[in-house]
Amino acid sequence: MNGAQDLGGQHGMGPVASEKDEPYFHAEWEKRALGLTLSCGAFGAWNIDESRHARESLPPATYLSASYYEIWTRGLETLLKRHGFVSAAELAAGQMLEKGREPKRILTADMVPGVLAKGGPCDRPVPDGPRFAAGDRVRTKNFNPETHTRLPRYARAKHGIVEVVQGSFVFPDDNAHGKGENPQWVYTVVFDGEEIWGEGADPELTVSIDAWESYLERV
Amino acid sequence: MTPENDMHDHDHDHDHDNHFSEMQARVKALETVLTQKGLIDPAAIDAIVETYETKIGPRNGARVVAKAWSEPDFADWLRRDATAAIASLGYTGRQGEHMRAVFNTPETHNLVVCTLCSCYPWSVLGLPPVWYKAPPYRSRAVIDPRGVLDEFGVALPEGQKIRVWDSTAELRYIVIPQRPAGTEGLDQDALADLVTRDSMIGTGLAKPAGEAL
Repeated sequence: MNGAQDLGGQHGMGPVASEKDEPYFHAEWEKRALGLTLSCGAFGAWNIDESRHARESLPPATYLSASYYEIWTRGLETLLKRHGFVSAAELAAGQMLEKGREPKRILTADMVPGVLAKGGPCDRPVPDGPRFAAGDRVRTKNFNPETHTRLPRYARAKHGIVEVVQGSFVFPDDNAHGKGENPQWVYTVVFDGEEIWGEGADPELTVSIDAWESYLERV
Repeated sequence: MTPENDMHDHDHDHDHDNHFSEMQARVKALETVLTQKGLIDPAAIDAIVETYETKIGPRNGARVVAKAWSEPDFADWLRRDATAAIASLGYTGRQGEHMRAVFNTPETHNLVVCTLCSCYPWSVLGLPPVWYKAPPYRSRAVIDPRGVLDEFGVALPEGQKIRVWDSTAELRYIVIPQRPAGTEGLDQDALADLVTRDSMIGTGLAKPAGEAL
């Protein structure tokens, strides 16, 4: 979706505010927001692609003015309500009002080291070999889906070169919407700065994205 | 009263800012509801936070870089199969499942960004800094990387190309910075001291040799 999350190349966002010796957390609630997000992810009720879509679906003004832990918290509220674990009334009241859905799994403290060490690999086998090989010239698709996609706007309808065939992975555009994992080959595709930004582009710049096979056409 | 909810209310000045107070209340409400429903274990949250505050951070990545600088075979392994090479040091798991190492050279400087969200190699760098997840970096890294580097105090030599890696899929990138001159005699611990977090994102360079001591 062409939401506020698709930031590549936008102007007016200001300087990068790096912070010397930055702490991992700037407030106690950020720690809880991280832990809640990971704990609820362990329910197994949604996947990372649906989570990303819940976050990018925030109203643009909210998204752009929120810190990332706020974005995570608001996204998590959406997911918990959508999947029947909590109600809007409960979030407003700050307490349980009714029994909700039971998750497949509840993350307890003893499970944390194992779950974090395992992560969530999302490479999957596919029956057919890759359509493209390193060195192939490709053009990215031009589309503007209202649904989730990982092809940023700045890299649509651009000519580039396949640099690496990276393996086959869950396809987020489907997986975010409960349409299955439908894995595809993923390629690192490199573009010249001029191809993306045109006039005035840095002549020494190249930019790459990691693109699922269906984002690409042969040229 | 649980300490994690209440004891820190007055620790930070910015908690009194309205925006932060609103989020504090919001997150507390969420945690309370989920705890009452038995859906979460507050001790699991403590364990997650402790892991990322004390166990998983940029020191992991610095050890990977120091080993790559010292052992050509390990550097080759990183190029071929970064996930396995990094796992051999014990760094695996969440947001490091599919690793790629990209090597800076005199010809090309690498810079990593996630324009669409906040993808970052947690297993080697820990949790990302705020600026990495914020609109200024995400918007500008792909269109004006030299301007961004300038804000980090980095000026690339004339003629060095810049390659920006937008982490749009599940591959997570670590930059292997160039080894500073004059570090031939240093062991891997001393070398790791030269490797900053930013140098592994590409917004910095490794520190000069004198700063290891």
